[in-house]
Amino acid sequence: MKSLSEIETTTKRASKAAGFSWGESEEIGKCIRQLEMFGLPGIKHLNSYFHDRQKNIYENLSLIKSSNSSSSNPYCPIILGIGFLDQLKIVENYEKIYFSSIAYPIIFLSFLSRSSEIIGKKINVKFDHKEILLNLNVNIYSNFLNLEFPKNSKNLEINFIENKDNFSDDEWKSLYKLSENTFVEENDSLKKGAAGAGLTDND
Amino acid sequence: MRVQLRDPNTIMKLSRLGSFHQSKLSFLRSFLSEFKDWEYKKDIFNLNKLGYGEAVYSFTKDKRTYSLVCFANEIKDDERSDRVIATKWDAAFTLYDGVPSQKDIDRLKNEVPKQEVGRLSFKELTLSRANKSIRVFNHVVEKLSEGKQPDLELLSKVGYLYRTTAVYGSGKFGLADRFRIKNREEINGPFRLEMMLVYLVRQFTFDQVNHVAHQKNPSEAVQLDKKICKNLGIGNSTGLGMAPFIVNHPTLLNNWVLSREIALKKIREIKKVTKKESDLFIDCIKKSLTNITSWNTDSDYQQIKIKNLLKDIKKFITFIDNSLDFEEEYPFNKIYLWLEKEACEECIEYVVSIMMEPYNEITNSLVSQMSSEEDKYFTIPSSRTVNDLKNIIEKKYSNILKINFENKQNTQNFWFISKNKEEPRLADRFEESGSELEQPLAIARDVKKLYEKILNSQHNLTVGEFLSKNSKLRHIVRRVFIVEKFPYSEIQDNTIGKNIMPIDMLRLKLSFFGALKFDPRSDKWLRICMFQGAPLPDELKNYDEQWVYKTNM
Repeated sequence: MKSLSEIETTTKRASKAAGFSWGESEEIGKCIRQLEMFGLPGIKHLNSYFHDRQKNIYENLSLIKSSNSSSSNPYCPIILGIGFLDQLKIVENYEKIYFSSIAYPIIFLSFLSRSSEIIGKKINVKFDHKEILLNLNVNIYSNFLNLEFPKNSKNLEINFIENKDNFSDDEWKSLYKLSENTFVEENDSLKKGAAGAGLTDND
Repeated sequence: MRVQLRDPNTIMKLSRLGSFHQSKLSFLRSFLSEFKDWEYKKDIFNLNKLGYGEAVYSFTKDKRTYSLVCFANEIKDDERSDRVIATKWDAAFTLYDGVPSQKDIDRLKNEVPKQEVGRLSFKELTLSRANKSIRVFNHVVEKLSEGKQPDLELLSKVGYLYRTTAVYGSGKFGLADRFRIKNREEINGPFRLEMMLVYLVRQFTFDQVNHVAHQKNPSEAVQLDKKICKNLGIGNSTGLGMAPFIVNHPTLLNNWVLSREIALKKIREIKKVTKKESDLFIDCIKKSLTNITSWNTDSDYQQIKIKNLLKDIKKFITFIDNSLDFEEEYPFNKIYLWLEKEACEECIEYVVSIMMEPYNEITNSLVSQMSSEEDKYFTIPSSRTVNDLKNIIEKKYSNILKINFENKQNTQNFWFISKNKEEPRLADRFEESGSELEQPLAIARDVKKLYEKILNSQHNLTVGEFLSKNSKLRHIVRRVFIVEKFPYSEIQDNTIGKNIMPIDMLRLKLSFFGALKFDPRSDKWLRICMFQGAPLPDELKNYDEQWVYKTNM
């Protein structure tokens, strides 16, 4: 088994050899390491993408807007991913972000996963009837874990999920009430002596 | 009194970094301190008459065990090489996480002796190999088998029976990634498991030499005197592989140097020094003279440094004996100011290291701050402005900006990775091919390039906007934001100039390991000695902390 350190180093070097700058290659190394740690096929897709790049053209998007349509070729997932990280303060203000076509979306996901950690919000991604939850770069949750990731995604949509509870108020109250059974009801004597401070502080 | 931390523009120069010495903060010393109450055992010692076979040593505490698995092999003299191109070694080692089963040992027997071309697993933590110092090893076997102790003069010239030629960890060749073990309290310090491996290898070399001598002449042979063992360390041959490490781990480098600088600052700020403390300091300084006079090297470069060190230390001893009153306030500050004025860099750093000896209460807390969660500082703060970048560069790289990279001599060399051995190398850019594949280790040149680009950019742009048009400078932008927070994270020197001494970079790292007796064999590799004078494993429970300064060889 390859260690994550080997994966990151080799990915970084291969990315440089594939034409990316050292700084970009460092980003790619980190992202592929993270995908592999989550058990997702980062190395496989990166290899395949580098291979395809030799014969296909991919579009670079320098300024990400709320809706982004490539002219004829899919977006490069790496340049798009790095751009997403660099423009995070702006793009997080969009309610939804839409991309018409992205090559190797799993590679892009790894950058989104890091973005989720940086801004401290979960990110929901939908494309081709697939749904993925990026959870603060702690894990990636999807409804098609054992299925093949596509080489191209059409109509990819990103939502930043505001930090709010996953449960209702009633569910919380019910659980809290149960937790109260670990507390001791204080009588007068306990009120006087158990806390340490006085009952009034008017001095 | 408040003392300022020393200026990174002075301390992070290569000539200064190449004058660092071991100290209480060094990893091999903090390793001994951490593991002193662990149970040491020689679990397996299965060598044939000639000393070939396998052995296992372990440290155990509570439910945790670390086991060194050793494989000693027969090799021909012409196969023995310290260079990384070697494919066979006298012995190969791995540190196993737990107690290895026979099945593990059988697996490791196939892989560990192959080193870089073998495959390890997440159960192995570090990997190494070592070669005998043939003249010393054979001499010791010969003498012990005759019932005599070896010639101490010969032993003192070398200082060890074996030298390691590489020690790998952190995920190399399939070894466990650091994240798997980083939360273990006992390894809360850099390179602790690498130090454990080297320490146990040292013990293996004594056991092996005793075994071979005994097998040679069972009726007459004696064991190597324990006092002699204690005065032998384990050698190490180190090449350029270490140099990129310190450039590629800026926050880690910062935490090492910053700990040293904080220790010095706190010691200089001590108003009243007790007699016990000053006596210990003076004792270490005086006893350490043996370390200097027994420091052998053929390197003219190092010989000059040793000569100056010895001269200045003697002058320093005269100063503390005749002119310094430790009962006056802030004596260590006076000492430091004297050193700055009167001593060479080698001597300044030598004494700074020894100043730490009486002050466990200062150094102990710093030891645990010498690791780094590097990933935390990886993300570029892209919403900040180009003007911020400019200000940081002007403040943190002021000396670097003065270097003229139009001058060919300042870009004479380039760093590359050898295809043959996947190891870093340094070559002349104008004489050798391959500079188009240069590694990103020319930080000074690239900082200047970034600065020049910034001067021609709009200063109110965000860094993200700047990077969208200047992606080639991304790696250096990341570093600039790191050095903003970590003042000692950057070598404040040119790493590709004509006059670079790469061994300065190696020495910096090795001094933090705790190495002694740097012996440059060229400007690109050197030999050192580790654990010379250190307690033997069965002495760990109660040992003299200042053992470094009390060697007899």
